[in-house]
Amino acid sequence: MAELSNLLLVVAILAYLLAMVCHAAEYAFGSRSVVARAATRPARELVAVGAGAPMKADLPPAPPGPPAPPARSGAIAGRAAVIVTALAGLAHLGSVVTRGVAAQRFTWGNMYEFALTITLVATAAWLVLVTRRPELRHLGLFVALAMVLMLGTAGMVFYTEVGPLMPALKSSWFIVHVAGAAFSSGIFLLGFVPAMMYLIRSGYDRGKRSFPYTLGRRVPAAAALERLTFRLHAFAFPIWTFAVAAGAIWAEAAWGRYWGWDPKETWAFISWVVYAGYLHARATPSVKRSTATWIAILGFLTMLMNLIGVNLFFSGLHSYAGV
Amino acid sequence: MSQVDERTAPPAAPPTRRRANWAVALPRNAWRQLTSMRTALVLLFLLAVAAIPGSVLPQRSVNVDQVNAYYDRHPKLAPVLERLGGFEVFASPWFSAIYLLLFTSLVGCILPRLRDHLRALRSAPPDAPRRLDRLPQHAVLPGHDGDLSAIAAELRRQRWRVVAREGTVSAEKGHFKETGNLLFHLSLIGVLVGVGLGSWYGWHGNRLLVAGSDHAFCNTLQQYDEYGLGPRLHPTDLPPFCLELTDFEAKFLDSGQPDSYRATVNVDEAGGAPRRESFSVNSPLRLDGANVYLLGHGYAPVIRYTDRYGRSQTSVVPFPESDATMTSQGVAMFPDANVDPKTGERDPSLQMGFQGLYLPTTPTDTFEARSLHPAERNPGLLLVAYRGDLGLGTGIPSSVYVLNQRQIDDGKLEEVGRSKVLRKGDTWTLGDDTKVEFLGTRPFAVLSVRHDPGEMIVLVSAGVLLTGLMMSLAGRRRRVWFRVTPAGDSTTASSRLVEAGGLPRTDYPGFADEFAALVAAVTGGEPAAERSANGRGQRDRPEPREGTD
Repeated sequence: MAELSNLLLVVAILAYLLAMVCHAAEYAFGSRSVVARAATRPARELVAVGAGAPMKADLPPAPPGPPAPPARSGAIAGRAAVIVTALAGLAHLGSVVTRGVAAQRFTWGNMYEFALTITLVATAAWLVLVTRRPELRHLGLFVALAMVLMLGTAGMVFYTEVGPLMPALKSSWFIVHVAGAAFSSGIFLLGFVPAMMYLIRSGYDRGKRSFPYTLGRRVPAAAALERLTFRLHAFAFPIWTFAVAAGAIWAEAAWGRYWGWDPKETWAFISWVVYAGYLHARATPSVKRSTATWIAILGFLTMLMNLIGVNLFFSGLHSYAGV
Repeated sequence: MSQVDERTAPPAAPPTRRRANWAVALPRNAWRQLTSMRTALVLLFLLAVAAIPGSVLPQRSVNVDQVNAYYDRHPKLAPVLERLGGFEVFASPWFSAIYLLLFTSLVGCILPRLRDHLRALRSAPPDAPRRLDRLPQHAVLPGHDGDLSAIAAELRRQRWRVVAREGTVSAEKGHFKETGNLLFHLSLIGVLVGVGLGSWYGWHGNRLLVAGSDHAFCNTLQQYDEYGLGPRLHPTDLPPFCLELTDFEAKFLDSGQPDSYRATVNVDEAGGAPRRESFSVNSPLRLDGANVYLLGHGYAPVIRYTDRYGRSQTSVVPFPESDATMTSQGVAMFPDANVDPKTGERDPSLQMGFQGLYLPTTPTDTFEARSLHPAERNPGLLLVAYRGDLGLGTGIPSSVYVLNQRQIDDGKLEEVGRSKVLRKGDTWTLGDDTKVEFLGTRPFAVLSVRHDPGEMIVLVSAGVLLTGLMMSLAGRRRRVWFRVTPAGDSTTASSRLVEAGGLPRTDYPGFADEFAALVAAVTGGEPAAERSANGRGQRDRPEPREGTD
């Protein structure tokens, strides 16, 4: 079972890579008209989808003029990319499940398993998002890239043999706390992608044409990205709050205090404060949206620091099973 | 929280008053500045940044040994950091200053909003604007009979706050967003109060407890290896109880990974019969006014030394483990050894000390001073004997787990022999015909005894915080109006104009949808004939730009 899990992980990484290639192909071969349409259409459709299906009737009629010739190769590559991502997600899921079966427990007992789980959450959330809003498909390149990087790092650096849990982890709060943390981290990870894209796109809209901004031409409209960023963060933040609170309840039972400024706790606090700052900045009209989005980016960097940096650089009570 | 209205300053002073006295203006401006959202954001960031050194530098409240190790490694830098509060970041004046300012800012912002919100909850939804067609949502209900009371009833059924006025119905919904927002911020104050109470009236003590009735301990500060007492608490306030470790069960896998720990104790609480309790890592022993947590465990070798006068002394000393396979190190000291029984005279140069290494599973083939497995599968004890002045009477506090290195360096304590691997029951005879016996081991448990009276307040506040947070993120305040305009100079007397308008007060993309459903509901399920979504105010952003290529 454990070998099967490892094999499936390799399959998943390769499939994410393939999805990346497909997305890249869509970027490269999608005809200009498709690109232009992709850049304008999502804004309108987003209004419609955001407002619910019945609004579609109220949409202004399609702009007159000859319908753009469907750029077949590009669109096919894009659609294929989503399908390949879904297959990669299945292999990814298989890897997590078989590992869980091999270890006979939930798969978040160490950093390797935790990384596997949060990336799975992010993939699942992405697939849900892209089926509901196909116009966001262009973001898939970056989602797939993030998956390949995270899974590759997990597999090569953090790999841990299958084993049962440490006594300290044998608690029902373990499931609640870690599930909450994994789920919200996955959503924050997903929210990070449109946040980056928004900054690139809005920079592009302001006339910047140097390297990262050149990508802005082919991503959805800035406002739509910004909105998506906010909604994902607003969704993840209460879950993160809950995960931290559940961790505190567990810490009371395991270590005798609900909060002790262990490095992991300190960084969870820092992330919480930064994301709270993002939500406040987003809600304050006098703060520019790009400033607010930078705060969200900073928040994700603190999450990464907590997930990886704290385990590697500091020793604390959250050190289990190697890393 | 998705839409916190900009904190606005109160309206400017009437122009008749030319210039306010600076003594009034200065604090007022400072207060406005402090309670502004911009300041709150800056303080939030300062708080996040200020917490970073708390994770980078070792903290005294988290791990004292690491702080001491830091002093050894950086003897020049450490005192400077100490003065800056670097080893107690979360109790330092600057960290406290940040969060106290933040909370002051929060209170300064919350109180006016609380007042406004309570006022808004009591007041009726405002009258309809003159032109409903300029609202973000607008609809004309052509087939409607103009019965406003039916509309009001339908709105009430859908739990809107409704007020019917002459020819109009005003309705409002979604106050729970602001309620949640206020709850969230107020509960933060609750958390702070709980934390404060806990640090004032809480206490904790750590204790290494060796099994056996001769090593039982009672809950007084002197009996703890390390303790912390809240400033508002007197040592006599600790609840009286005694604990005796009777059994400790540690299970390990073949790989050496621990599987479970369970400690069994005899508890003697005041006002109750002694009883037997067992507890483990995630389920502490909950006593009246204190909880006992299991933090660690280890082995305490039992060593008997028979001196040159034939008198035996037994020492049971905990050996803390130094690695995952429970290779344990410690010392057994016999300061009263070799006291002449006839004269009772103490010869300090004849005290005995043993530096020991205990291996629960001793390797059989190769000799390596490292245990193979944490369980006692093949226990072995290695001793190094020292004779001389142990240096215990100097008054300088020293570790009980190592011999006094200064005495060894000064030549006052000399190594007199090294043992082979001693098995249980083995005797080792030293050069001066004195004997050391390894009688076996007893388990010990590392316990933390704690009480925090603020815990419940923090827990409840955290629950309220989460509820408020979800309410404020999910809630959407919006208003709708219905108006019947009698057709004045219309040809048919019965014709009248029934129209509806909607205004989302917060960022709410689904409002058009809800508005349409509402209009359909009051017209009896038929879709409205004419509707317009003006798009203004519906979203708080300019229309998306057309893509340029």
